[in-house]
Amino acid sequence: MDFAFTSEQDMLRDTVARLIREQYDFDTRRKVAKSEAGWRPQMWAQFAELGLLGASFPESDGGFGGGPIEAMIISEEFGKGLVIEPYLQTVVIAGGFLRHGGSAAQKEENLPALIGGERLYAFAYSEPKSRFDLHDVSTTAKKDGKGYVLNGQKAVVLGGPLATHLVVTARTSGGQRDTSGITVFLVPKTAKGVSTRDYPTVDGLRASEVYFENVAVGADAVIGEVDNGLPMIEKVVDEAIAAVCAEAVGCMKILNEATISYARQRKQFGQPIANFQVLQHRMVDMFMAAEQATSMTYMVTLKLDEPDRQRKLAASAAKVQIGKAGKLVSQDAVQIHGGMGMTDELNVGHFFKRVTMIESQFGNTDWHLRRYTELSNR
Amino acid sequence: MDLSFSTEDIAFRDEVRTFLEKDYPAELRGKFSRDEYAKEDFLLWQKTLFKRGWGAPAWPKKFGGTGWTATQKYIFQEECARAETLPVPPFGMAMLAPVLMAFGSEEQKAHYLPRILNGTDFWCQGYSEPGAGSDLASLKTKAERQGDHYIINGQKTWTTLGHFADWIFVLCRTDPKAKKPQEGISFILVDMKSPGVEVRPIITMDGSHEVNETWLTDVKVPVANLVGKENEGWTYAKYLLAHERSGIAGVARSKKGIERLRQIASVELDQGQPIIRNPEFAKKISELEIDLSALEYTELRTLAGEASGKGPGPESSILKIKGTEIQQRITELTLEAVGVYGAPYFRGFPKDGDNQLPIGPDYAHLTAPMYANMRKTSIYGGSNEIQHNIIAKMVLGL
Ligand SMILES: Cc1cc2nc3c(=O)[nH]c(=O)nc-3n(C[C@H](O)[C@H](O)[C@H](O)COP(=O)(O)OP(=O)(O)OC[C@H]3O[C@@H](n4cnc5c(N)ncnc54)[C@H](O)[C@@H]3O)c2cc1C
Repeated sequence: MDFAFTSEQDMLRDTVARLIREQYDFDTRRKVAKSEAGWRPQMWAQFAELGLLGASFPESDGGFGGGPIEAMIISEEFGKGLVIEPYLQTVVIAGGFLRHGGSAAQKEENLPALIGGERLYAFAYSEPKSRFDLHDVSTTAKKDGKGYVLNGQKAVVLGGPLATHLVVTARTSGGQRDTSGITVFLVPKTAKGVSTRDYPTVDGLRASEVYFENVAVGADAVIGEVDNGLPMIEKVVDEAIAAVCAEAVGCMKILNEATISYARQRKQFGQPIANFQVLQHRMVDMFMAAEQATSMTYMVTLKLDEPDRQRKLAASAAKVQIGKAGKLVSQDAVQIHGGMGMTDELNVGHFFKRVTMIESQFGNTDWHLRRYTELSNR
Repeated sequence: MDLSFSTEDIAFRDEVRTFLEKDYPAELRGKFSRDEYAKEDFLLWQKTLFKRGWGAPAWPKKFGGTGWTATQKYIFQEECARAETLPVPPFGMAMLAPVLMAFGSEEQKAHYLPRILNGTDFWCQGYSEPGAGSDLASLKTKAERQGDHYIINGQKTWTTLGHFADWIFVLCRTDPKAKKPQEGISFILVDMKSPGVEVRPIITMDGSHEVNETWLTDVKVPVANLVGKENEGWTYAKYLLAHERSGIAGVARSKKGIERLRQIASVELDQGQPIIRNPEFAKKISELEIDLSALEYTELRTLAGEASGKGPGPESSILKIKGTEIQQRITELTLEAVGVYGAPYFRGFPKDGDNQLPIGPDYAHLTAPMYANMRKTSIYGGSNEIQHNIIAKMVLGL
């Protein structure tokens, strides 16, 4: 048993933390989120330059030999800066699909460009009526000669406006909610028949509705097995869950620090509000919630390569813990800040919104509680 | 004790319902649920109510109140919530008016009350300051007597709808040498058009503009605008806060909120089925509804007490705490119900002139901003921690 980080991992954390401190302060982030583009291509280039985009890839894939722990470290530090750029979608998700299902040719074409920062990806999986079910897919991919033709709509594709490429789940056989018959495709956003409607999200990110209208792709666009994409999708999404858990941990740490320091400095009734025992106990609850969330994030990160059932149990357990902890921490942080906590000017509200959105990303607390219950009673 | 409505009550309900169907201004329909409203909208609604003779259900008849029974007031609230009318802002109607009735001069009553009643003046509340929130008595805004005038200097903050307001009632310090912070405070009415009043917007995390900073620099106010006695303002301020708290329960609106939640949950799919059929989710709605029911009957008991002569006492803190927790929970569950379409943010988007189809269902758009916005309810009107302190001290005698 060992929860210590290697010195390389410590260095990685320092590098990211310094970058966030120096170039991702809250006011800058707020300006960028509200700007027309909504992100900083220059920042992405810097991520690439610093080796962050390749940190979690094995050397055999052109990376720097890390894995999920590196992704966790980066995600947590990014959480502290409320980083907008699509690290999760590009590195964790698209990178995950390529690692688990990519052909040699796909890897060769995509990984250097991904790690180098030239290609950005988004994950087009949820649909207007699918809620959180990964197998609820009505977007179709019909066989056409050697290739496929895609039709359908994907909902709230995070990072969609920034992406150059889309990882798309589509139905190659079966009915809308069948677990088999789903195939994963890699589609350039510039492909004929792909259109988007772009918009900001509540937490300052960007997303798209993506429409596929007779989009023709070759057989080489398929990642992994035809009709049997679901197990791979579930694995990658569990990896993404580990990363958003880490991001949420980063958010919670900032919320807690901000709250404690505000409570020490804000005086009412002639004393710091930190003196009031009800508030002290709440801050203790917030602290415990963040500690437990951190533990569960480590746990799921270390279990990502276990057999499906164990991995899913771990991911759902972590997601439930983070969902509950996030709610408690974010709500109480606002409450203890009083009116100040409600403002757009202070960072607290922005972390509140991001943590709120994470609660429902890749399945909300109820959804994961249900998956956990079903699996643990099987 | 009796829970049933009489036939007269039922006739009254039908009368209110017909009025709302026929006379609620068409241009205001849907505005409240879409969260778009202007000052004129509130005033128009007040004028409409006034014309019907229903301008101030809670006021005594001699000031233009309706003389309704507690049951009729209850029915009226229910019907307005059901029709999703704009709420009547509380600042003039429910906060200032009771203070004027109890402590104002005859001239003040004669001048200000009719203007509140007929929808002429829009009021806002100037209590909080940057340094004086929960500890309101530590307020610093000064009013210095100069002949027939006060000269007011200081900063108020969190002024809800101050950018709409014609008037503000301000708590000021008139005796800096008073022994206790609660002493030496006065309650003064200030015309927002006076030179030296400046309103600056505060944008809240949900992106809306509800609150403001209100800066007062050498604002000259006639002494006639003092309410009650100089240096006795704290008594009036507390009297007002008790009224503010009881209004804050929002039972009727919460009922409507739960009804909307049920509607949404019956069309939003979860595992291919309406999420309302997911027993876990349905149970959460039931719990909420039961909480609301407990609040409703607690409020009715409190109101019955008031009708028999007691003013709202410290028990109104229960209504504030429970009422706001329920309001928050409704928005939380509604956001949960809408799933992925809670994420798109549309305030200010789509851009003007963009009339493309909306993203996801209409009802989803404001759910996340509403959830964020409703966090305010446990902070304002005396935070819920302060309400706990009040109950501990005043009710339990701890
Ligand atoms: C949306 C909104 C609208 C508002 N509208 C108005 C308005 O129109 N007019 C107006 O005058 N004011 C208004 N307010 C101000 C509101 O009344 C104050 O925000 C409130 O009194 C809390 O004060 P504060 O924000 O300074 O928080 P603080 O008093 O600094 O409190 C910070 C935290 O400390 C806690 N705390 C403080 N004292 C104690 C204690 N003794 N024991 C335990 N916990 C304690 C509080 O509960 C809170 O959690 C509004 C506020 C908001 C958010």
